[in-house]
Amino acid sequence: MDAERTYSELAQRARTALASVNASPGVAKPDPILLAENVRRNFGGVTAVDVQHLEVQRGSITALIGPNGAGKTTLFNLLTGFDTPDTGEWMFDSKNLKKVVAHKTASLGMVRTFQLTKSLTKLSVIENMKLGATHQMGEKWWNGLLPFRYRKQEAIIERRADELLKRFKLDHMRDQYAGTLSGGQRKLLEMARALMTNPRLVMLDEPMAGVNPALKQSLNEHIRGLRDDGMTVLFVEHDMDMVHDISDWVVVMAEGRIIAEGTPEQISSNPAVIEAYLGTHQGKSLLEEENA
Amino acid sequence: MDIIKIIENTIAAFFGIDAAYFALAAIGLNIQFGYTGLLNFGQSAFMACGAYGLGMTSQYFGVGMWWGILIGLALVVILGLLVGIPTLRLRADYLAIVTIATAEIVRLVVRSVRFKQYFGGSDGINSFSTSFRSLSPFDPGAQYGIRPFQYSGYSLWTMIIGWSLVVIFSFLVYMLMKSPWGRVVKAIREDEDAVRSLGKNVYSYKMQSLIIGGVVGMFSGMIFALDRGSVQPDNYSRDVTFYVLTALVLGGVAKVRGSVIGPMMFWGLYVFSDNFLRELTKDKPFNLFGIGIIQKAQVGPVNYMLIGLGLMLLMTFRPQGVFGSKEEMALDGR
Repeated sequence: MDAERTYSELAQRARTALASVNASPGVAKPDPILLAENVRRNFGGVTAVDVQHLEVQRGSITALIGPNGAGKTTLFNLLTGFDTPDTGEWMFDSKNLKKVVAHKTASLGMVRTFQLTKSLTKLSVIENMKLGATHQMGEKWWNGLLPFRYRKQEAIIERRADELLKRFKLDHMRDQYAGTLSGGQRKLLEMARALMTNPRLVMLDEPMAGVNPALKQSLNEHIRGLRDDGMTVLFVEHDMDMVHDISDWVVVMAEGRIIAEGTPEQISSNPAVIEAYLGTHQGKSLLEEENA
Repeated sequence: MDIIKIIENTIAAFFGIDAAYFALAAIGLNIQFGYTGLLNFGQSAFMACGAYGLGMTSQYFGVGMWWGILIGLALVVILGLLVGIPTLRLRADYLAIVTIATAEIVRLVVRSVRFKQYFGGSDGINSFSTSFRSLSPFDPGAQYGIRPFQYSGYSLWTMIIGWSLVVIFSFLVYMLMKSPWGRVVKAIREDEDAVRSLGKNVYSYKMQSLIIGGVVGMFSGMIFALDRGSVQPDNYSRDVTFYVLTALVLGGVAKVRGSVIGPMMFWGLYVFSDNFLRELTKDKPFNLFGIGIIQKAQVGPVNYMLIGLGLMLLMTFRPQGVFGSKEEMALDGR
């Protein structure tokens, strides 16, 4: 299946670059778009995230997997400014994001979605989409009173939104309330809406959760499409088939740390990963064993 | 029982200055609560800013009445920032708690003996509306119109200004909510984090909404003060805030029509039931099957009870209000 697949030039370059990367946790990549160093977050006495070093290769689809409570979503929150780590630095496209608040990361080109879909139910689908566009004149209240000041931009945004809706096969729902969409359609809408920000890095938190198998296939296609359009994708997922199917690189977290990295093939045969998923030896945690 | 009088008073109340005053306050609250989802339980404080801004022009600053609008605006912005800075980063409930307390603080400060020289204590401030009255093109002594729409020259002038403001602000709110700005605030009402992830400064939008809504509320306070020709602290107590909220919910939240017609209906019904009960008990206590139901002195409290009952029925049978959308309401549970 993999052999027949064709890749865009960018995607192919990322895949070739990753092929020569050593499969060890925290390994450096040739061209990282996202880089985290020593990011740590404690909740009371529990260390939710303790990432020594992580790089995400530009133009790749990188999967972030791990058992429940591994700290994947927390890491997402930290990297996008929705939560603040206790220590650490992280850079997006060599810009330090440490002091950057959540709403600014989107205008820098880094957008995220949420595990529990956040469709804005009482807005129509097209309004949801248009909201995603950044740098809108009409979002200043004084311009809002003067339609001629935003009308032109609004038309451009609307055209782009309609194109994306078509691509995600939501165009027939255009004027419906987003609250009337099914769970899977909401996932699609959230992804499409995120694309309205013109991102370079798309971070998807469990895009497949609660999506039926037929729709999963088309979601996969969409995610691959993002990569082929030159975006980098980092996603959290539990669905191993999907991870295998679409990712170029897999990062495995357990108990807040990165325990393994590699191509999907390398990961599926990695004993540390199997252990993290299937349980611990003699009641010992993975980390204890490592230290011993 | 004088049925004609009841009907006349009710119709007059629908279009009277009190309805305009409630409508302005509700338009402001609709921006905050209806569109942005900010639980502002202190609209009366913003109204008081307007009224006292006017009142203090003559009392304290010794300047003309028109400066009152500027002073009111400054007060509204200061109050909005004071309330908003600590609470708008938090969940909606905190704003509700803080605003209800703030409104009480404002009322207690302006009626305090300590600051009597500025705010006039519980007597409030009087005689600041001469310059407003002098602008009136109508003869203050004459009666205009025919019953039930019969007003003195001065009332007519205040009403025209009041309803003009209602029309102007309704239009502005309509424009704002149709614009991308409106889209952002409505999205904030639905889910803040989603909006933040799309690159919008949620905090700033909430602050803008709070202050813009407060400014409209300020004009409501001014109209009320100009109509009465006086500012009194107890006109800005909690019940005003909740009347406005009730009127807005009655009309239908997040609808411009709702925020204007709701207050008219609310005030009309209020006056109707008040008048009706008064007429009912005018000569003797009202009995049903020999059981005493209501007497003259109980009209006020019973009226409140009826309003409360009406609200409960409204919430049960038409929770979206008169103009609210049933479809939108249905999406809430999902």
